[in-house]
Amino acid sequence: MKELLNAVKLTEKVYWVGAADWEIKNFHGYATERGTTYNAYLVMDKKITLIDTVKAAFKDELLARISSVIDPAQIDYIVSNHSELDHSGCLPEMINIVKPEKVFASPMGEKNLKAHFGNDLPIDIVKTGVSICLGDNTLSFVETKMLHWPDSMFTYLSGEKILFSQDGFGMHLAGLKRFADEYPDAVIEWEAAKYFANILMLYASQILSLLEALPKFNFEIATIAPDHGPCWRKDPAWIIEQYRKWSVQKPEKSAIVVYDTMWKSTATMAKSVADGIISAGVAAEVIPLQSRDRSYVATMALKSGALVVGSSTLNNQVLPPIADVMTYLKGLRPLNKIGFAFGSCGWSGESIPHISACLKAMNVELTCEGVKAKYVPDQAVLQECFNAGAELGKRLIEKIGSGNQ
Amino acid sequence: MQKFVCDVCGYIYNPEVGDPDNGVKPGTEFKDLPDDWVCPECGVGKDSFSPVN
Repeated sequence: MKELLNAVKLTEKVYWVGAADWEIKNFHGYATERGTTYNAYLVMDKKITLIDTVKAAFKDELLARISSVIDPAQIDYIVSNHSELDHSGCLPEMINIVKPEKVFASPMGEKNLKAHFGNDLPIDIVKTGVSICLGDNTLSFVETKMLHWPDSMFTYLSGEKILFSQDGFGMHLAGLKRFADEYPDAVIEWEAAKYFANILMLYASQILSLLEALPKFNFEIATIAPDHGPCWRKDPAWIIEQYRKWSVQKPEKSAIVVYDTMWKSTATMAKSVADGIISAGVAAEVIPLQSRDRSYVATMALKSGALVVGSSTLNNQVLPPIADVMTYLKGLRPLNKIGFAFGSCGWSGESIPHISACLKAMNVELTCEGVKAKYVPDQAVLQECFNAGAELGKRLIEKIGSGNQ
Repeated sequence: MQKFVCDVCGYIYNPEVGDPDNGVKPGTEFKDLPDDWVCPECGVGKDSFSPVN
């Protein structure tokens, strides 16, 4: 069944021809409540160029949107900025259909595309600094290794002044409105931060290096066009500044109290911890893992200066959802956090040392040895939770005040 | 001094430069890097590196 869909005109010569995935709610473990888009862009110049493709299952949508502008066989060049399957999944089929003159990718892109699709894939390698004339406009390439794969690269289009930034500056947000300024600010801010926290946070140092290097290329950027979610045209500098801020992760005056519980003892402790934190003048959000997923926790961790984690002890271990979140957070390498562990147990109480060890491995500075309750927390234990929260709040304010970050 | 390239991300370890951000002084040969040293770009271990000129 051939689909009937339109391209969305972005600038005089550039169209969005990607796919909107309204159905996806779980992107390999990242909760995509608002769905996502797989963006591909068509540049109409003497050499007609397609920037990135889409997930394999959306090939017909890509072809339909391209066909609303031109016959896909007229495409001369394809650029692969990122070899992950949501952007390259239908590249081999598109090459067969379009028969482009050239397919461009970074040196690591060539390696990774061949690892996915075999050595017969015809790739022209473009390194940082290489430019290709399309007619009126020029494409310039910048390798952006580990943002967020080794193959990742940016492609800048002169004339239209568009930076095609693959996953950088992207977000999971399905929609046919193609510009960030067409959505409510709060949605954009949340989804952009969520994407950064869950996909890019661990590469903060590479991001800062890239942001430092980018001005040397003298790109005048009117629009940033990522591979997921809407484009940035109103104020592209805003999202660049957010990336700088999120990469530095200067501690915010807020804390999260993440917990899982069996018989509500650890839940009761979590509330007293949060009360203590608030008493010190620091904002606190309690996050029960029975109603929130790991990608929410990662987003809130990015925005918080303190990470407090509670778990009951089950079979001498932490509860599995806590192990899930701690493993995930450790991989994302949040910076500059303080925190501590708490939880209830029946007889042994290993959850506290397990969580404390995880926090230490994440370079979280522990503000106390942890708070433990036997079966059900009594008033004394709840007071201890409150005091530990208050102490953490005080230490966070001192840390922010001292600039010792 | 022999340079090594990361097979995963293409980072090049140059012994003359070392990896000062991660406590490796200039002049440290690749073989003398600690066993727990990882690629500063992508995080893979020493066994994912190959000699390069």
